[in-house]
Amino acid sequence: MRKQFEINSQEKNETKANETKANETKANEIKANETKALLKVEDISLSFIQYASGLRQTELKVISNLSIEAYRGKILAVVGSSGSGKSLLAHAILGILPSNAKLDGKIEYNGQELTQAKKEEIRGKEIALVPQSITYLDPLMRISNQVIGCVEEKNEGLMKKIQREIFQRYDLKPDVERMFPYELSGGMSRRVLVSTAVMSSAKLIIADEPTPGLDEKTLSETLSYFKDMANKGCAVILITHDIEAALKISDKIAVFYAGTVLEVANVEDFKNNGENLRHPYTRALWNALPQNKFQAIKGHQPMQDEVVDGCIFYERCSKKNDLCSKGIPQFKRVNGGVVRCNNVS
Amino acid sequence: MCLKSENISFGYKRNNLILNNVNISLDSGEVLGLVGDSGSGKSTLCKILAGYENNYEGNVSIDGKEIPSKGYNPVQLVFQHPEKAVNPKWKMKDILNEGQNVSQNILDSFGIKKNWLNRWPNELSGGELQRFALARALGPKTKYLIADEITTMLDAITQAQIWNTVLDIVEEMSIGVLVVSHEKNLIKKLCHDVVYLGDINNV
Repeated sequence: MRKQFEINSQEKNETKANETKANETKANEIKANETKALLKVEDISLSFIQYASGLRQTELKVISNLSIEAYRGKILAVVGSSGSGKSLLAHAILGILPSNAKLDGKIEYNGQELTQAKKEEIRGKEIALVPQSITYLDPLMRISNQVIGCVEEKNEGLMKKIQREIFQRYDLKPDVERMFPYELSGGMSRRVLVSTAVMSSAKLIIADEPTPGLDEKTLSETLSYFKDMANKGCAVILITHDIEAALKISDKIAVFYAGTVLEVANVEDFKNNGENLRHPYTRALWNALPQNKFQAIKGHQPMQDEVVDGCIFYERCSKKNDLCSKGIPQFKRVNGGVVRCNNVS
Repeated sequence: MCLKSENISFGYKRNNLILNNVNISLDSGEVLGLVGDSGSGKSTLCKILAGYENNYEGNVSIDGKEIPSKGYNPVQLVFQHPEKAVNPKWKMKDILNEGQNVSQNILDSFGIKKNWLNRWPNELSGGELQRFALARALGPKTKYLIADEITTMLDAITQAQIWNTVLDIVEEMSIGVLVVSHEKNLIKKLCHDVVYLGDINNV
């Protein structure tokens, strides 16, 4: 018994030394990497294989030529209407797409290519998802078990302690631990979902529509949790359709439309009549807010099975010309942002 | 005409009232905002007004007359999630015309395209489905519309499109609208008057 103890403590010392070493190298790495993107999504396309009639298959393209980058300590908001492919991007990064999905292009995490095997290895550890609603929780499992997740028996006590600390920080009372998901209010369930992500000590947080249906107080509270995570050095991707919420905490905003990015703008660009915004769609989105002009442009986002040559926004654009109907416009760097439009210089 | 709810009390559990002695009235052609914290009973009040909930105390009436429990209900409720309010195994045209044949005028003003009618609900986006939900709710016999967070899940452009259309239609038909939303700016833009549920609820 005694001997075992000695061995154990020796082991512990060794691991401690290793840990400090690892921490040092990590700190250096972090310094070197601070300017490099933690997650780099390059030119990905995603399509679903579907059966049309009988055994005939068709390919439905839902994301095309999409690129984004997420940096440590920064919040990237992904804004767009429903059906623009925002959630699918999150699922592609996490590797939880259904089996009939076909993903092309390159996703890099920390300089390494993110293959399906790698995704499965690091998701939940380095990459965490904050899901949209408590329907992602197991309805028959108590909250604390879900937040802690599956751990080895010897770590259970430690994890429990960490979970208590996190709950305290998020103002969740001890009796929440023993509750079931249906007993939580909207604000409480949001805090529980956020704590699952904090628990994992992930470096990349992907939050999928964390805000709709929350009252003002809970909303600003939820947003502050994400700001906290970014301040601690995490890269946060905030997926939302609510520009207002995105503007409150983000550093950059990527505007999605029909499965591609039309513009990546800085938060400061969203002001007045949107004259600093680069793409006509972003400007239309800004002017449609109730506190701005509440003005709606006509038309709809093209359906996924509609084939569009040229600019995807062509139908609804007020500035279109002949060139726009031929070929997809390439990304251009304009005033510290990127835009996919022919008519910007 | 005036939709009135008087002394409404309701609780899902015994001894745990969510609504206590709530009075609210909505005139024809009026656009009234209803604001409150999450979990304060806004949606419950909406359900009571539209006749989805029966076990409440107090009464709901139009011009002093009780709303008949059979036939077309002149108070129509539209929900936040349209995908939960349609039958997934019906085509859109059947869903749309379940209650009455919806006029071409309304379809045009909502921008509902002909080829959408032959699709299944899962082939349309949330904004497109919500247009259907509103088009079928705004029938000729509708006198009041209860809009429970109808554009919360939608992007700003779709939100503006839908509300601009709804406001035109309700003005033309002089329908009274109760707008439930968390978004202050939207309420400010749309409504003539705002009621805070906390102020009229005595729990």
